Amino acid sequence: MWMDDLRGIYYIVLKDMKTYYLKPPAISWGIVFPTAWILAFYLRNPRSFEDLVPGLIAMTILFSTTAAEAVVINFELRLGSLERLLLSPISLSAVLLGKVLGGAIFGLIMSTIITIGSVVVLGLYPNLLYLILIIIPSLLAFSSLGALLCVLVREVFEAQTLLNLPRFLMIFLCGVIRPVSSMPTALEYIAYGMPLTYTINGLRQSFSAGPGTMILIDAMALVGFFILFIFPATKLLYRKFE
Amino acid sequence: MEVVLKKIVIHVSHLTKFYGRLLALDHIDFDVKEGEIFGFLGPNGAGKTTTIRLLTGLSRSTDGNASILGFDINTEITEVKKRVGVVPEFSNLYDELSALDNLLFVAQLYGVPRLERRKKAEDLLKTFGLFERKDSLFRTFSHGMKRALTIAAALIHDPKIVFLDEPTVGLDVVAARSLRNLIGNLRQQGVTLFITTHYLEEADILCDRIAILVKGRIVKIDTPKDLKAATEEESVIEFSFAELSSTLIHDISDKLPEAKLVVMDHNKVQIHGGMPGKIYDNVCQLIREKGIEIQSVNSIRPTLEDAFIKITGLSPTVMSIEKGGK
Repeated sequence: MWMDDLRGIYYIVLKDMKTYYLKPPAISWGIVFPTAWILAFYLRNPRSFEDLVPGLIAMTILFSTTAAEAVVINFELRLGSLERLLLSPISLSAVLLGKVLGGAIFGLIMSTIITIGSVVVLGLYPNLLYLILIIIPSLLAFSSLGALLCVLVREVFEAQTLLNLPRFLMIFLCGVIRPVSSMPTALEYIAYGMPLTYTINGLRQSFSAGPGTMILIDAMALVGFFILFIFPATKLLYRKFE
Repeated sequence: MEVVLKKIVIHVSHLTKFYGRLLALDHIDFDVKEGEIFGFLGPNGAGKTTTIRLLTGLSRSTDGNASILGFDINTEITEVKKRVGVVPEFSNLYDELSALDNLLFVAQLYGVPRLERRKKAEDLLKTFGLFERKDSLFRTFSHGMKRALTIAAALIHDPKIVFLDEPTVGLDVVAARSLRNLIGNLRQQGVTLFITTHYLEEADILCDRIAILVKGRIVKIDTPKDLKAATEEESVIEFSFAELSSTLIHDISDKLPEAKLVVMDHNKVQIHGGMPGKIYDNVCQLIREKGIEIQSVNSIRPTLEDAFIKITGLSPTVMSIEKGGK
């Protein structure tokens, strides 16, 4: 049975990549949007652009993983295409995992492009192992967050609107613009309840020359967020088919 | 004489489904034999689609159980899914993929071996007359073509049983006829077909046996012939005479006490109810005695619609109004 699920996940990812992700709207949402935000921050308060690179990569992960999830989940639910997947010998959790992995792999492609671009242009030397330790669980956490919010609602536009809420909250509260430690204590507590904070912390450590002592904690926190999002998302999707 | 016992491929026992407080299926029981075309007939909301959803793993039953090809739908649904094909009421393939890519994707999901996928997909496209459009996107297809491709997708893994939910809804007459031919061909290939429909004539033409479902309960299961036979007393015999006297109708009424209704219309007399053969004999005898010439005799046999009305107590318009008619 797990072989059927693995096969299903693989082909769902390939199909979603071809059908939804590798298309201009998803690419512009995944790369152009975060870049424009970072440039806006930079132009408003010019300082070392290197300081903004972790924020840029984190935003790319956040926006690209969730770029097409409303379409991949809500649109397919509406059209009945998701049912078509469930008619095949694949479990519902495998179908959802395929959807989440599709977003995560697209996010990986986009964040790799941004990371390589930043490293080459700015001459940075990040710790590759740290980057992998932070980027992989971040991709899974944000993609599963997108899936959770999408299965909460019915319509594509509802999902898009709902997705924007955590996106923008995280941009302003999780250290993209200014470090979390410099924020008021109440906001600092809120920030530590959001996954992007751990992504940015981890990425900052990856780009700094320091020992990166907190990197494992950040990575584990992100894995925790992934689990926290994927289980209720699966349960909610099950409920839609009861 | 050789007796061929066909094995039961779908066994349903006390299957029940609640949606919240709404009882959608109420302890239904039925069996479907191998190679049979089994029809589920009933108005909208009767529970036809719910039954298919339960049997194909899209939904879970509240009570009761069912097995398909010996596999329990609650515990072995993956094995069931590998062996059945499903054509949902609404075509649900991918707009952004071509006809060929849609079939290849479905074949991949079902684990059709890599070397066979393309050939199977192309063969099906040829069978359904879509080969010339294999590279066209699904969204560019007409409703009939979409329906045909959806059926092709359900057949890509050579299923033993195919569930068709309202297969001809929205199709024009030609497309619907062609689809019915295709269903006939599938049966010849030994595929068992489970069809839900609200079209009485379609069920009559296609199905070996029909279950009539009303408000989540099966009220009758039988062959179309036997369902109609149950309404035999509703037969109508129509006699046309060269000339007709007003007293004749009284004579006929007196001679045929079992007739429910005798109607005179110009030079025609319609006799409702009773056994058609006996009525014919009695009327012919009377006519000979009176020396009246019969121009024609028509026997209007009961239709499945008559049987449906009698069994369910529903109006046939329930079926046509709810789905927009045909």
